[in-house]
Amino acid sequence: MSDTRLPDRFQAWFDSRGWQPRSHQLEMIEAAQAGEDTLLIAPTGGGKTLGGFLPSLIDLEAIVSEAPAQRPHRLHTLYISPLKALSVDVARNLMIPVEEMGLDLRIETRTGDTSASKRQRQRAHPPDILLTTPEQLALFCATANAEAFFADLKRVIIDEVHAIAPQKRGDLLSLGLAAISRWAPDARRAGLSATVADEQGLARWLRAQAVGDDDVFARIVRGDAGARPEVEILDPVERIPWAGHSGRHALAEIYQRIKSARMTLVFVNTRSQAETTFQDLWHLNNDNLPIALHHGSLAPEQRRKVEAAMAKGALKAVVCTSTLDLGIDWGDVDLVIQMGAPKGSSRLIQRLGRANHRLDAPSRALLAPTNRFEHLECEAARDAVALNALDGEPLSAGALDVLAQHVMGRSCGEPVAAATLFEEIRSATPYAHIDRELFDKVMAFASTGGYALQSYDRFRRMVQGKDELWRARSPQIAQRHRMNVGTIVEAPMLDVVISARGRGGRRLGQIEEWFVEQLVPGDTFLFAGQVLKFEAIEDMTARVTRSSDPEPKIPSYQGGKFPLSTYLAQRVRALVQNPGEWSKLPEQVQDWLSLQQEKSMLPPANGLLVETFPRSDKFYLCCYPFEGRLAHQTLGMLITRRLERLRMRPMGFVANEYALAVWGLRDMSGLDFDALFGEEMMGDDLDAWLAESDLMKRTFRNCALIAGLIERRFPGQEKTGRQVTFSTDLIYNVLREHEPDHVLLQAAWADAATGLLDVRRLGQALARVKGGIIHKPLERISPLAVPVMLEVGKEPVYGEAQESILEDASEALIMEALT
Amino acid sequence: MTDRPEIISFDLAGTRVLADAEGVLVVPGEASLIVSDLHFEKGSAYAAGGQMLPPYDTRATLKRLAAAIDRHAPERVIALGDSFHDLGAAGRMAGDDIAAIKAMVAAIDDWVWIEGNHDPQPPEELGGRTAHTLSLGDLVLRHEPLEATARGEIAGHLHPCAKVRGRGRAVRRRCFATDGHRLIMPAFGAYTGGLNICDEAFLACFGRVPDALVMGRDAVHTIGARNCVPDRAQLRASR
Repeated sequence: MSDTRLPDRFQAWFDSRGWQPRSHQLEMIEAAQAGEDTLLIAPTGGGKTLGGFLPSLIDLEAIVSEAPAQRPHRLHTLYISPLKALSVDVARNLMIPVEEMGLDLRIETRTGDTSASKRQRQRAHPPDILLTTPEQLALFCATANAEAFFADLKRVIIDEVHAIAPQKRGDLLSLGLAAISRWAPDARRAGLSATVADEQGLARWLRAQAVGDDDVFARIVRGDAGARPEVEILDPVERIPWAGHSGRHALAEIYQRIKSARMTLVFVNTRSQAETTFQDLWHLNNDNLPIALHHGSLAPEQRRKVEAAMAKGALKAVVCTSTLDLGIDWGDVDLVIQMGAPKGSSRLIQRLGRANHRLDAPSRALLAPTNRFEHLECEAARDAVALNALDGEPLSAGALDVLAQHVMGRSCGEPVAAATLFEEIRSATPYAHIDRELFDKVMAFASTGGYALQSYDRFRRMVQGKDELWRARSPQIAQRHRMNVGTIVEAPMLDVVISARGRGGRRLGQIEEWFVEQLVPGDTFLFAGQVLKFEAIEDMTARVTRSSDPEPKIPSYQGGKFPLSTYLAQRVRALVQNPGEWSKLPEQVQDWLSLQQEKSMLPPANGLLVETFPRSDKFYLCCYPFEGRLAHQTLGMLITRRLERLRMRPMGFVANEYALAVWGLRDMSGLDFDALFGEEMMGDDLDAWLAESDLMKRTFRNCALIAGLIERRFPGQEKTGRQVTFSTDLIYNVLREHEPDHVLLQAAWADAATGLLDVRRLGQALARVKGGIIHKPLERISPLAVPVMLEVGKEPVYGEAQESILEDASEALIMEALT
Repeated sequence: MTDRPEIISFDLAGTRVLADAEGVLVVPGEASLIVSDLHFEKGSAYAAGGQMLPPYDTRATLKRLAAAIDRHAPERVIALGDSFHDLGAAGRMAGDDIAAIKAMVAAIDDWVWIEGNHDPQPPEELGGRTAHTLSLGDLVLRHEPLEATARGEIAGHLHPCAKVRGRGRAVRRRCFATDGHRLIMPAFGAYTGGLNICDEAFLACFGRVPDALVMGRDAVHTIGARNCVPDRAQLRASR
């Protein structure tokens, strides 16, 4: 227990509320007085936000009491959160103690929505506390006078730091914090989080590293753990499906739970799942319960309406995606239902935290698996929650495209020397490993593109003056850079506008362009909780009308599809392997696993089960790595290439979260499986396949946008079809052919390996199963193979598919005139 | 594979021509090879504006052109306009690229630079002759297609590409656009983009959506107009 005492005004405020300061809040004050950076880990409802701000408020109170009434305001505390809405919410909550204590403070938010005039005023007359986002910090760095603006800064608070740090946004933020530390060396950092898996990693991320010295870590301050959540897994009366994610079999029971709870959040994993679940619940809703829908594609006005209704307690349930994961306290939720497997224990714990923002009462949650495999996963997740075992994305080396954006940004702000900047970026933990050679390459990239053929020297974007300092070549270049700041690259989106007769209408939200491009006028799909008929695309709008079609074509948005975490995968494997633990599972699931044991065998916890069997006129190979869909897809790509070389004539493959099935025209049971699954496939095979793949081209495009090689296109810029544009695919092809080790290709490769391909995870899996591959030649399909085989035909296969579209079309219709 | 022709031979307004999967057209009776919209130095033009595209587009384009010339061994090569992205292109070009162009031009009996809107005056120091239009037997070659009936015309300028839908996805590729009477060449340059053949600009030339000879990875695919779909921004126009 800390013996720190609160200043009188604060103690009086706590007393007036009948509260005692929590021990972690006092420890935060003590750490601030000792000049330490901190990482505060406390559950939702544990007074975490106040813990983060108390040192600032105490400091500011001292300033206010000594200063004259018309004191000049200086920026004292910068608060950064991943969500705009969170900044606004926290600002509102912070005003309560500030007003009740009678503190004369200016607290303001600054986001992408803040007006230009307000921004200008904030710049000239900063508030005491500014609440903002990582992108706004990057903009500050890229603007003149940043040094003066931040000079008096004392504290930086980073909320939900576990969610930002592992992403490119985290890289950009880390670089921004390093710049702040140069301008305001006394400013201390505090990270706030409820769920941290890698505590030491995050504590290191938060501290400015000293080049050449040992790693340094922020002090970890812990709140009380609070009551353990109560997690129940739905054991449905209906038959549990083998595959699919609709969860329809469980909805009648879920509806009853919603009825008997005060307010329920129903979490799903994808936006399309949110749409179908919402629709299906309303079919059951004979009592007309107020049930609403909330996901990232809906128009902001729609979302705000739902949030306001929640806050008022006017809703009985909200079906939502990860948009409601993070810390906004919208209302009095007493039940959280997770539809489908949670995919990771940290995500589940975060979602559980949405129920019951009181520490002493346990939050209640119901998991509703949508198929048999998910029962295993939910069971593993429940065990993990009981142990409070957290998982999360690992913190990795900082991305080079983000570094390129940052160094360009710094040169658009205060002119800076390369040596100074090098030292500065190395104090950012993700970039501590960068050597001068690589840094110079990135600088060269930002300036001229950094090509071996040095023909762009006269077109530099940033130039070095006689004073050795780097600055943007012109104000126009700097302005264009500022318009392209940020690391969030979104798929092109269209507005969905509904109207009766194709004129006027109301905006329902936004939908991915590629999805709309698949639709033919007259097609129906689910969006914003209703069945819509697609009519036409006009400019940046998809025009729709209401449809009475009961069987819509469902949007297959990819938004929010999470891969199974490594940690949960491991627990699922262990559970399958251990029949002694099956008693926890529903009988149907137990029977299914017993049947697998009888007909084939259970997948070993540390090896790999490979089954081969014939079916109709094809031969199948099925294996169970349990490493998530992304890693399995990559494995599928690589295995098919190898099978082609072995003349097995593979025809295709399909992957789900647990298994991979490959089929072909030859019997594969005689193969050397140790060789087939050999680790060396991660080398040349991977390189060769990846270089040609669409995925790599998409990844390259994102890196090119973030790094500033090409500019984002803003709405309105692409209205005319006459515009002849080139695609980044062309740039990729030329660059790969002529300068394969260019820094941007390095960045794209690193991205593909960690992100969409999960190469790292596949590599670990192959190493794990080495020497432990067990082959089971079977006469027929095994019970465990059924779910993945049910997905055959739903997924496009591989790159050849593009060429065959052309072949189909040309075979179907050959112009008589031309042959 | 034999059923996927790398070269398609067809009749264009009475003259036999060959379309190659790389995007060049050969007129065997005239021993001529036609290539359009090379756009040399497009990369450096963007670099001058602050977007540092890789400076290798000229050599990438040259490499493919040299291969096409090797394959067909023509006596005459016609570059059908917009060979240079802008008037300053030759001035920005790397020395070895200039040397490569000079050597390539010198090795051909008759090299013709047709004037384009990007390069109304193709640089003289590279060799070859320049012309506004060129007659080749019954065919007439110019950069910008006439917006009227023009039997036997071969033009460039529009960068045709076709979008073909199937299996729940769409493919968009460069193509030759033709109705059997006239033809518009695909753009050959490494950084050249495409304009969908459902665009009004093609309607003005053909009176309908033309048919497409689509450049696949190693084959030319003949695809009828009704199998080609517009880009989304054009949907309103075609309604």
